[in-house]
Amino acid sequence: MERIVVLGGGVGGTLVANLVARKLKGEIRRGDASVTVVDERGEHIYQPGYMYIAMGNERPERLKRPERSLLDREVELVIGRAVEIDVATRRVVLEGGRELGYEQLILATGSRILPEEIKHFDTEAHHFYGPEAAQRLRRALDAFEGGRIVIGIAGMPYKCPPAPLEVAFLMEHELRQRGLRERSELHYCSPIGRAFTIESVSEMATPILAEKKIELHTFFNVETIDPDRKVIGSLEGEELPYDLLVLVPPHRGAQVVIDAGLAPPSGWLPTDPHTLEVKGHPGIHALGDATDLPLSKAGSTAHFEAPVVAERVAAAIKGRAPQGKHAEYDGKVMCFFEVGDGKGTLLQFDYDHPPQPPKPNRLWHLGKIVFNKTYWHTVPKGRV
Amino acid sequence: MQVLEVPVNRTIDARGSYCPGPLMELIRAIREGSVGDIIAVWSNDAGSRLDIPKWVEKAGHRLVGLETRDGYDEIVVEKLR
Repeated sequence: MERIVVLGGGVGGTLVANLVARKLKGEIRRGDASVTVVDERGEHIYQPGYMYIAMGNERPERLKRPERSLLDREVELVIGRAVEIDVATRRVVLEGGRELGYEQLILATGSRILPEEIKHFDTEAHHFYGPEAAQRLRRALDAFEGGRIVIGIAGMPYKCPPAPLEVAFLMEHELRQRGLRERSELHYCSPIGRAFTIESVSEMATPILAEKKIELHTFFNVETIDPDRKVIGSLEGEELPYDLLVLVPPHRGAQVVIDAGLAPPSGWLPTDPHTLEVKGHPGIHALGDATDLPLSKAGSTAHFEAPVVAERVAAAIKGRAPQGKHAEYDGKVMCFFEVGDGKGTLLQFDYDHPPQPPKPNRLWHLGKIVFNKTYWHTVPKGRV
Repeated sequence: MQVLEVPVNRTIDARGSYCPGPLMELIRAIREGSVGDIIAVWSNDAGSRLDIPKWVEKAGHRLVGLETRDGYDEIVVEKLR
């Protein structure tokens, strides 16, 4: 019996489990293989929707579905928290003591946010990386009557790299619509020397920031929040006052992979960029946010990685070489990028080809809206 | 291997990492280090060759040197504050 255990029921874990089950249908039915997804809540969440909660266009209950409803019937779902991975004996231990042995382990353990790493974050700063936080930001925006809005990043890498820029653009649009723009300043703090990590995207976004009069502060790595003076401080020694503060919280990989010795303290799994195998650990693959690959931590990345992991795991079990267009990962990522005023653009790239975003227009904005609505029927089930 | 003739407290091998990876690794080391520490970053990313010195200047540290060797750059920084 070849047991495939997938840790995590997000985009990557769900899709890869469904694809492996499809490839190994015969083996599973004969009892020669099994696919098990372990997920902490048994609930699948469409995280890109959180930003839209903050912008007032989405509701938390529409962003979740039972994980079971998205999985192939041949995939077993175990609801529980993995607390230990014993690489030597090839088993995963769940909270409560249940053990799952594996021949192939797929780590789709995602990322977690740690706002507590910045003192006063919880009381002073807003973010949109969870449903409650996004709702709290929405309430703060509703109550906002003008002043200084500062949007910054308190640690890299983080989920959905365009999101803070998108939020800046969408907020600016909202302020204009509410007649508050003249009474407000918008400041965008980038940790690096330009607006966005990828140069071509930065070249697209920087003039839009200027046009919308959103002040760009480069090399601003947020380190401190002074709640009395309402000022944030950067590692570089600069300060910026705020009336409304929106910060991307620090992110890390899952604790269980750190504890297992598979990842360094950052939690990002050292992963081969093409085979997606965890370096030095044959039989263990990683995908999605969990990896240390120089790619966006985004559902789209997991979406395009999953067919490769599925092919390689199925090939290992069938005793053949990985084959076809999914034999290796080429770094493909594709995501929409909102720029406000009902317009968006598309970022599509791979390891060798940086994105060349088309001029923002209404079509790409609508594309993102349609994608968000149809996600449940397409991505997790491997239909796109 | 050390290119520049200064005692280095910590070397970050960020070869194979793309911008802003090497800069972020340096920032982490600066955060964790002590004033006076000399930190070397090895990088083969062209963007980092430009970005790291700019960041060092803005952040008030000292660029001890930048040398290219065997397909990578060694960028040496002293933490000043």
